Amino acid sequence: MDIAMKIPQKRVQGQDWTLQREEYRVGLKKAIRGKWKKTLIAWLLLSPSLIFLTVFTIYPIAQSFINSLYKDNLSTLKPVFQGFTNYANLLKDKAFLECFWNNLLVAVVTVPCSIGLAVAFAVFEKGIKRGKFLVRLGFIYPTFIPMVAAANIWMFIYTPIYGLLGYINPNWRFLADGKTAIWAVMAMLIWKQAGYIMLFYMSGLTGISKEMYEAAKIDGAGSFQLFRLITWPLLAPTTTYVFIIALTNAYKMVDHLYIMTKGGPGNATNVLLFYIYQTGFDYWDTGKASAITVVLVGLLLIITCIKFFHDDRKAYYNETP
Amino acid sequence: MNSFTQKHTLQWKKVGTALLKGLMFLMLFINAIPLLWVIRTAFISQDKALDLFAVGLPTLDNFKRVLAAAPFGKYYGNTLFITIGILLVQLVFITLAGYAFARIDFYGSRLLFILFLSQLMIAPEVLILPNYSLMVKLGLNDHLLGIMLPFFASAMGTLIVRQTIKTIPTELEEAARVDGANLPQILGKVYVPLLLPAYLSFGMISAAFQWNNFLWPLVMTDSVSKRPLSLGLAMFAMSYETGAQWSDVSAATFLVCVPLLALFIIFQRQFMDSFMHSGIK
Amino acid sequence: MKKRIFALLLSVLCLLTMAGCGDAKNVSQASGGASTNSTGTPSSVVQSAENNTVNTESEAEPLELTMYFPVSVGGGPDALIDALCTQYHEENPNVTVTPIYAGSYADTRTKVQAAIKGGNIPDMAIMFSIDLYSLLAMDAIADINSFCTTPEDQEWLNGFYEGFMMNSRDGDITYGIPWQRSTIVLYYNKEAFAEAGLDPEKAPSTWEELSDYAKKLTKTEGDATRYGIEIPSDGYAYWMLQTFCVQQNGFNLMNSTGTETYYNDERTAKGLSFWKSLAEDGSMPSGIVSWATTPSDFIEGKTAMMYHTTGNLTNVKNSVDFDFGVAILPSCDSFGSPTGGGNFYIFKGISEERQKAAFEFIKWMTDDERVAQWSIDTGYVATRPTAYETERMKAYAEDFPYCLVARDQLEYGYAELSTYNQAEVQKAIDDAISYVMTDQMEVGPALEEAQQTAESILKEYR
Repeated sequence: MDIAMKIPQKRVQGQDWTLQREEYRVGLKKAIRGKWKKTLIAWLLLSPSLIFLTVFTIYPIAQSFINSLYKDNLSTLKPVFQGFTNYANLLKDKAFLECFWNNLLVAVVTVPCSIGLAVAFAVFEKGIKRGKFLVRLGFIYPTFIPMVAAANIWMFIYTPIYGLLGYINPNWRFLADGKTAIWAVMAMLIWKQAGYIMLFYMSGLTGISKEMYEAAKIDGAGSFQLFRLITWPLLAPTTTYVFIIALTNAYKMVDHLYIMTKGGPGNATNVLLFYIYQTGFDYWDTGKASAITVVLVGLLLIITCIKFFHDDRKAYYNETP
Repeated sequence: MNSFTQKHTLQWKKVGTALLKGLMFLMLFINAIPLLWVIRTAFISQDKALDLFAVGLPTLDNFKRVLAAAPFGKYYGNTLFITIGILLVQLVFITLAGYAFARIDFYGSRLLFILFLSQLMIAPEVLILPNYSLMVKLGLNDHLLGIMLPFFASAMGTLIVRQTIKTIPTELEEAARVDGANLPQILGKVYVPLLLPAYLSFGMISAAFQWNNFLWPLVMTDSVSKRPLSLGLAMFAMSYETGAQWSDVSAATFLVCVPLLALFIIFQRQFMDSFMHSGIK
Repeated sequence: MKKRIFALLLSVLCLLTMAGCGDAKNVSQASGGASTNSTGTPSSVVQSAENNTVNTESEAEPLELTMYFPVSVGGGPDALIDALCTQYHEENPNVTVTPIYAGSYADTRTKVQAAIKGGNIPDMAIMFSIDLYSLLAMDAIADINSFCTTPEDQEWLNGFYEGFMMNSRDGDITYGIPWQRSTIVLYYNKEAFAEAGLDPEKAPSTWEELSDYAKKLTKTEGDATRYGIEIPSDGYAYWMLQTFCVQQNGFNLMNSTGTETYYNDERTAKGLSFWKSLAEDGSMPSGIVSWATTPSDFIEGKTAMMYHTTGNLTNVKNSVDFDFGVAILPSCDSFGSPTGGGNFYIFKGISEERQKAAFEFIKWMTDDERVAQWSIDTGYVATRPTAYETERMKAYAEDFPYCLVARDQLEYGYAELSTYNQAEVQKAIDDAISYVMTDQMEVGPALEEAQQTAESILKEYR
């Protein structure tokens, strides 16, 4: 509810004008007092979340930024202020640049692939009549398997000679080759993620009315046309949401690297978050690790901004009655 | 277009659809291979594990060895404690926060909303380094509580509750207010029952996330007795030889995966229903 | 539906309480390996805020010591460590040693450093001997000389192989006690040798012979290739490269004070080029050869020879179903292998009582008989010459003379790569090796880049 609604807005003919003004002022005061009271309640309700959010998200971001301005590694007993040197060094750090580009590649490849597969799965699941349960299970189960467990399983598949793929060709060494390793890892990421995204699409599909399809069918549209003309456009809001989720996931999923490649060969499969782990906890270069953290947070914030832009538009479209 | 060609195209369409269906079933099979493979290796005797086509009676020997070799019971306990503890706190927090965002018009709402949304993107696991330093300062490293704290506030949960509450007519709340109910009563009696489906779908997501969580517990725990399942599994798998002992690693992997999969299978229908209707889009 | 959800919530609550109870039980076991016995120890899991603060139990003052350790070979040495700790507890009921398995050497280093920085100082650890400088820079480890108060202690301390002590001392002060120490040896499949027309009793002794034999031993049947040789190039790649360096008249990758590296030296390039040439010949798999799968490959007959740590000897011996041999590494200008493996360290910042208890434990572990048994059980070199004089070792060596190869190679042993900021400096050369092995860079530029990276890190310490 808005303050403006509580305030008498129209002047009533024939009444004393000053009286009306007084009424207006009291109304405004009351409304404002009411809103302050509400604000207090709202902030109280929000405070538990807010405290934890501040302590474990906002404060650490600020702390990372401050730390990134210091030289703080194993060679320094006390952190030394050095401005933006850590950032300048990152631009010269080959490993960091590799991680950066790898991350971009992971995002560019896994996001569309996962989304494409997820839509296909969801539409397929909706279309079949029997065995829905098995189909759901078959597609969605990777979501419920821990990443480290998934990495173990995929190691059984990729390990040359003994692995599952070894039965097809014992000389395939996908994880051992700098050029193929990241693709092998991405295949696993897509497998892991497509089912999760499928959930959102199944949810989105329930929102599309049957009548629409029937009307289009009468007009003689084939199943592909049905998808192109009805399903896909109507799933657009879901797609945008899922796109953001998948994009952030591309920057957050790293557990498998610990098991599968440790970022290698060289840095061929390394990504930013795992590099933060290595720099921060292996090399103890807190300054540098903080700088990478800030870069990663920056990247994620950019994605957030895209989402806001989208949300604002959606709000404009949807919430006008 | 004469009727002959029309018939023809219709047939082609049928063939196309059938092909597409076949392709999807193939994909389904490929997608399922990792699970089938791990189940098969977990239950086959160790000497046959490396031979893809070996057949043998299923055995529980692998599981016996795994359970004797590592304290998986302890790992289970830790993960359950972490997962459920976090979830219970989250449910309280997101209900309060979601209600505030959905129903109250207050100063700073937009700013706070943006703040919440930012957590959706910059999840605590991105901030491992500063959060770790913070936990060390608080003396909470190598404590289960330390692993849990950063996840108590959940932007995603808040959003789900907010969306769900928005779909509930305000008349219910107003009627309760007329009956003299105060805010806690309204929340508890009016909203919580209606939010149960939302809780279920969020609960599944939250539980899956915590069950999966690895990097954060890895840096946070020092002692074996604080390790959650994911970490215990990783350590277990790394101490084993490639090839020769895969049946053991498979058995351990299977043990770790089973509870969530079972929950999903049991509550599949409810989960799907609530997921579809709780405003997660 | 509502009922179901309530049932779920109820079961969730039950599980929570169960988990809470589970927490109260003190489980002190290493992740892999046989179960350890921890009966009688007070529950420190729930009450104590810090693991290592003083125990409040009044009587007898039982001590619970924590020890991190890595595993890098097969055959379950973690189970052996567990068993030894249990045995120690039985003989000394007042002291429980809780071994914590923490992954590879590098993982263990990461974990221990994090624990120290986090104030959760462990009592002792088995870590890379080469982590010495990194640990010194953190001022984290205790001087072992200071615990050696009696003449017997002194004698014990002086009883280790000098070759292993090189990585264990800084100046005159001893910081590490050698435990799972190794050199790299050549394992070869005698049946494959005979089949290829080579003398099964004569392993290659020069680089030329090595690459010649490797070619002859490589054969392809259908899709499956049996390779001539595998030299692992992940995880411990720098260590393997060192073999090819020290075999050039003892040239090593770094100086003795850990402040300089010679990654871009032409001898390093020569060594790396030779290593790479084995893959180019087709007698070694292309790309990265994995440390973990190499022994499996050898055991399964997928490779006829391998370079690997002697720590895997017993595992290989127990697993192969063919006749195999072990030899010291082939030479270029000279024989040579870096030593490697783990030392015991005792940490600073814990009470003197705990340090002393840890010291007693280490002394017990490195008693001649136990060192001999450990060497027999794993293949690691017994770290004390006197251990080779024990009856059990003599009997074992008679039966299986190859257990002496690694010890004999100690004569040509060199220090393992050890510098300040070990992890990052080591990663630089490991990366260079993988770039070369996966054809992403030429030998020269890759090594030059690695040197620059190392240089930028190490200049801080000069």
